[in-house]
Amino acid sequence: MNNNSAPLLQVENLRTHFHIPEGTVFAVNGISFNINEGETLAVVGESGCGKSVTMLSILGLIPIPPGEIVTGKAIFRDKDLIKLSESEFEHLRGDEVAMVFQDPMTSLNPVLTIGKQITETLRTHLGLTQDAAEQRAVELLERVGIPEAASRLGNYPHQFSGGMRQRVMIAIALSCNPSLLIADEPTTALDVTIQAQIVELVLHLREQLHMTIIWITHDLGVVAGLADRVIVMYAGFIVEEAHVDDLYENPRHPYTLALLGALPRVDRRRDHRLNSIPGAPPNLLVEPQGCPFAPRCTYVIDRCWAENPTLVPIAPEHKMACWVDTSTIMTGSR
Amino acid sequence: MTDAEVLTTKIPRLSQDEIESPPLTLGQLTWRRFRRHKMAMFGGVVLILLFLYSAVGSIVLPESYANFTDTNLRLQAPTSAHPFGTDAVGRDILARTIYGGQISLLIGLTAVIIETVAGVLIGAAAGYYGGWLDAVLMRITEAMLNIPEIFLLIVMAKEFGGKIPSVTFFGREFSGSVIVIVMIIGLTSWMYLARIVRAEFLSLKENDFILAARSTGTSNSGIIFKHILPNSMAPIIVSATLGVANAILAEAYISFLGLGVQPPTATWGNMLDGANSYLESAPWLWFFPGMLILLTVLSINFLGDGLRDALDPHSRAV
Repeated sequence: MNNNSAPLLQVENLRTHFHIPEGTVFAVNGISFNINEGETLAVVGESGCGKSVTMLSILGLIPIPPGEIVTGKAIFRDKDLIKLSESEFEHLRGDEVAMVFQDPMTSLNPVLTIGKQITETLRTHLGLTQDAAEQRAVELLERVGIPEAASRLGNYPHQFSGGMRQRVMIAIALSCNPSLLIADEPTTALDVTIQAQIVELVLHLREQLHMTIIWITHDLGVVAGLADRVIVMYAGFIVEEAHVDDLYENPRHPYTLALLGALPRVDRRRDHRLNSIPGAPPNLLVEPQGCPFAPRCTYVIDRCWAENPTLVPIAPEHKMACWVDTSTIMTGSR
Repeated sequence: MTDAEVLTTKIPRLSQDEIESPPLTLGQLTWRRFRRHKMAMFGGVVLILLFLYSAVGSIVLPESYANFTDTNLRLQAPTSAHPFGTDAVGRDILARTIYGGQISLLIGLTAVIIETVAGVLIGAAAGYYGGWLDAVLMRITEAMLNIPEIFLLIVMAKEFGGKIPSVTFFGREFSGSVIVIVMIIGLTSWMYLARIVRAEFLSLKENDFILAARSTGTSNSGIIFKHILPNSMAPIIVSATLGVANAILAEAYISFLGLGVQPPTATWGNMLDGANSYLESAPWLWFFPGMLILLTVLSINFLGDGLRDALDPHSRAV
């Protein structure tokens, strides 16, 4: 990791709202984070906490309206992505920044061949001829571990299994050697053995291509083996940010503690019920007042209801947003 | 026999081709389902025969013969010299149905091309971009739908008729009225298709693969034409097929009213013009062109039905 030079992507005070008939959805509420060249950043949090919306906002993929990016900057190589025009985004997406989506079963166009979908990106961004693009497509498919790649270019997505399709999606994402790969829960829709294969593939490719990766997930088990740093999100806020080892050994925010406590463990007795976090995520239609986690928090104090804590450093490379210092109160609630 | 031989003989062997045969493509699946649709196959065969009729017929009988008038021979019943009889000015009806068929089929096909291009562009823009563009385009579409089509056709035929010079195409001279008819039929029939395409686009654009395509930097036009349009081909093909039948009918009734293609150029429609004076005295005047129109329209409708079933991805039959 190189902390001296400027980060590859620097997001500052990003706020994304959606204006729907029922009111305003406060999806992302002023989050800031950095990612350095060559680093892997994991973004974790439960469904609907704003992980995907954050990434889609950065890539200009939020439908406007109903979406609105209220404030914020996303500096990527001296360019503020929030201010880019649609045609500038078209050059950026797939070329410098690529994205892999959650569900490979629905992310490929069912009526176009795999070959066509890969070569399309190559031809738009690299200006390759059809022959050259096909050749490169075969290399890419081989790289992501698809056997007999050349003969599979003419196949349609329904002729591939889920894991194979996700490999194809990764091949498409990698086609122009992006500097930043955003993986939006790429293993969630796959079964466990395939998940492991995909994680391994990405690790392998990261080493080969020196990619910077943002990996969105709600699976803390996947994060441990993959990420350098972790951001924990809740209700559109970042509640904790730490180095991955630090987060697992020394989690500080009550939400992180609860998330880690909810992980199933091999060494636990089988008749022991899995822990869950009581309550439900907050209604995002209400403008947040106080700490959004307060209603579900075991350590809640009066101040939590009135003021929302800001993200402050509590140790080197470890930030947290909480009024309570959990490390002094409890030892091992897990 | 050794054990190994016993084993191998009992297992049904698949040939190398069968083992390695690739899965059926979309086209092959469609063809398989279409083949089972008897009426559609019948319609397809009849249509091919009708095309051959007007194509091969024109090799045998020259166009000058079709337009040759001989008032001595007027209103002759079918004979061996004139199998379909002759019309009120003594022209051979067989030859005229051949050349009229060419024009009628040509009008049907080209009008549908105009209809499809207009319908797809308008529907795609409205469905994909939404917002004010959608509102404006759909209000125009509804306004067009609110005017009776026959009225639109007649007004436009009167307005533009005779203002366009003749052109020569494929070595044949087409009177300007043919082009006028093609344009007005095409421009008054795109509304239903536009609505179908808009509905398809509205639902298809929400798919994950569209977001995925955008995330690789595909432009709006790329998404519309390369990603969404191929997914909505089935209803467009069906609608276009049925549109050919409607265009042929529309041409027939404008020409019947004398506002369409002007004589001496024959069409099945304008051959009926004037036949109403001889409904009983010379039934061959309306019988042959009328039957040809009926047969064509019926066949196209069967074909469209078959295509609809064959192209429907939800159809269970394989």
